[in-house]
Amino acid sequence: MRVSPVATQRLAVGFMWMLTAITFAVLVFILAFILVHGLPHVTWTFLTQSPTSMGREGGIFPMILGTFLVAGLAVLVAAPIGVATAVYLSEYTREGRLTSVIRFGADCLAGVPSIIFGLFGFVFFAIALRMGLSVLSGSLTLALMVLPTIIRTSEEAIRAVPNSYREVSLGLGGTRFQTVFYVVLRSALPGISTGIVLSLGRSISETAAVMLTAGSALRLPKSLFDSSRTLALHFYLLSREGISMPNAYATASVLIIAILALNLLAYALMRRFAVKVGR
Amino acid sequence: MKRDKVIGAILLAIALSAISGLALITVFIFREGVPIILRVGARQFFLSTDWEPSLGHFGILSMMVGSLFVTVGAAVIGVVFSMGLAIVLTQFSPPGLSAAVKPVIELLAGIPSVVYGFVGVVTLVPLIRRSLGGPGLSVLAASVVLGVMILPTITSIAIDALEAVPRSYLEGSIALGATRWQTVTMVLLRAARSGLVAAVILGMGRAIGETMAVIMVAGNALDVPRSLLAPVRTLTSNIALEMGYASGDHRQALFATGVTLFVIITLLNVAALTVSRQRAGRRRAK
Amino acid sequence: MPGARLLFHARIVMLGLVLICGGCGRTSGRSVNLLGSTSIQPFAEMLAERYLKEYPGQFVEVQGGGSTAGLQAAESGLTNIGMCSRSLTAKESLLFTPILIARDGLAIVVNPKNPVASLSIEQLRALFAGRIADWNEVGGKAGPVWPITREEGSGTRESFVRLVMGNERISRRSLTQESNGAVKELVRGDPAAIGYMSLGLVGPDLKAVAIEGAQPTVENVLAGRYNLVRPLLFVTKGTVAPATQKFIDFVLSSEGQRLLATEGLVKIR
Repeated sequence: MRVSPVATQRLAVGFMWMLTAITFAVLVFILAFILVHGLPHVTWTFLTQSPTSMGREGGIFPMILGTFLVAGLAVLVAAPIGVATAVYLSEYTREGRLTSVIRFGADCLAGVPSIIFGLFGFVFFAIALRMGLSVLSGSLTLALMVLPTIIRTSEEAIRAVPNSYREVSLGLGGTRFQTVFYVVLRSALPGISTGIVLSLGRSISETAAVMLTAGSALRLPKSLFDSSRTLALHFYLLSREGISMPNAYATASVLIIAILALNLLAYALMRRFAVKVGR
Repeated sequence: MKRDKVIGAILLAIALSAISGLALITVFIFREGVPIILRVGARQFFLSTDWEPSLGHFGILSMMVGSLFVTVGAAVIGVVFSMGLAIVLTQFSPPGLSAAVKPVIELLAGIPSVVYGFVGVVTLVPLIRRSLGGPGLSVLAASVVLGVMILPTITSIAIDALEAVPRSYLEGSIALGATRWQTVTMVLLRAARSGLVAAVILGMGRAIGETMAVIMVAGNALDVPRSLLAPVRTLTSNIALEMGYASGDHRQALFATGVTLFVIITLLNVAALTVSRQRAGRRRAK
Repeated sequence: MPGARLLFHARIVMLGLVLICGGCGRTSGRSVNLLGSTSIQPFAEMLAERYLKEYPGQFVEVQGGGSTAGLQAAESGLTNIGMCSRSLTAKESLLFTPILIARDGLAIVVNPKNPVASLSIEQLRALFAGRIADWNEVGGKAGPVWPITREEGSGTRESFVRLVMGNERISRRSLTQESNGAVKELVRGDPAAIGYMSLGLVGPDLKAVAIEGAQPTVENVLAGRYNLVRPLLFVTKGTVAPATQKFIDFVLSSEGQRLLATEGLVKIR
């Protein structure tokens, strides 16, 4: 029995729409599952208090601070270094074997599992450099983890800037420094900021590497050398140990909302800068 | 001009420290991991399923098989769904929909793996246990959860690959009387093949590196999994479970596992790169 | 931007400072760090909370990681007190000073739907070694047995191996979970599962089976009838800082011991 091509198309497209529907249903389900169970418990007191009884009661303020410190510091350290490296690789060197090798290396490291960075950070920062389980160990480890990604995305963004921009700038008498900083970087900004925001998102979500380097202390960190627990880790521990499901859901809700907000910000930034540059 | 030179020098210094920092990690991991592989013997390390750190037995075969099964399973699920999604969005829906949906998909890539793992443990695992048997913590559970997690990765790269195919190809096919679906299967997918394959490879790379979600749903048993419903331990879970307390040889063995993962991911990256370069090469030749 | 150059310089200096400070060592002498057994962790947290209410100026940090991790952390100086839920080996006793803070029964837990209520040590060993693979061999409903074990560095696992397994290895089929809580959640959901965990953490959702005829209760542990018991230790290395000693004294005081007893642990006195 020969099925007509039109019928085949209808079947195939119908099947694919079903797959699409299932995909979205699953993703919406995951978000809804967490938010429905968790949002009712996210109160102002929850966000501003410290946890008691291992997190069974109380709030998650130290975790919010901890996440902020660990992820924020990681990106604060990695972004300038990464962008500077990308600038150097694309603007101040000639294209050659060395740059290809570096690019390949950065690509590989960007794909290396975070657990390996965690292992390295634990042995190197926490133990060998005697930083202990601390915000500092955690953020330096995460900084190393996101550095390759920032280098690569910044480099791609910089190289995407048309050469004409550079030529015009130099033609108008600008120095290389002025060209790079006022023209090239400005144009590459959307791509660069996307990379940085993505890295921030990745740092916030990271659990295994953070557990081993920043530790899992419940108290408010009073210095960079104190251990601290991040939101993702707190959620993991609360839910695994069955300590408090409502609090676990609430923590996850805060985490998800933060990440969604971050992504929206990235998206908005990109739109705005793209429009500005007129691309 | 002088300022230029100074800036250049500073940038060089920063770039060098960044690159050397990253190189340090690579060297460190290899330096910690490789000696034990040599000491235990490569055949023993890679081909033995006997992992008993307290007795000094370091064979990672069950974990390698575990990672393989779970990654392939995730790739199968990821491919089926993301191809459907990508094709439907680029070919069979109103223009602009794919641009609107892409950020939503990327948004979902940002959800932490612990959340995926948790939802998996609470909903998927009992479902598998009640309807299919076994403890629920299984290759199947891990594959499904990972498949969902790598979906955004594969989908966005696939959409890019599909959209990069010149319209002329598609229009030509339609002009010759093919239906849109026939155009998709006979022209579009062929033309975008390298990009699609690269998407899958990169998705697999992400799946193989995933840790937390897998620990939560895979069961972490040391046996080589004999069925989809059997519990499984992956290379990454093994590192995460044991690195907190491993010391001496045991810790080095975990670094060696890290080296293995590093090499596998590098190979996957090379594969993806080669495949996408092929496509570019073919394009240029035309 | 003239500031850009300054900014770059500043960042390099900051990084340098960070690296130098890394060598400066850890927190002030006021704080007490505990790291180790996930079995002891909730109790240590609770003790820390009470301790901080009485002595507000102090700073106590508790982390998990497992008993062996706790010992290593005590050794490398990463922590003041290592929490260990098993007895020390001869080699370890030479390096560390163990302080007994309580004793804890090791409960063997099954799903409430599981009809099995009592096992002998022999049966227990066979179940976990994989020699008994079906529940009907020990009086339960027919179906495969899924043993649940802890990770290798766990003091709970070590204690279990020493008390029950003897020379036999735990089955390779067993599902490995990283904490008492994870074991609890798993056994609660799976009628075929059997696991071991801290008696103090069992709670009403699980069924703890009698071993050799003795019910797993604190009374039976004290009376010596229930024999699966392990020591909960605070382990230190070398001289103990005054702040650390103060916390240890609190834990060993009648107040501290009373708190532990209300949570289901066995007092040392």
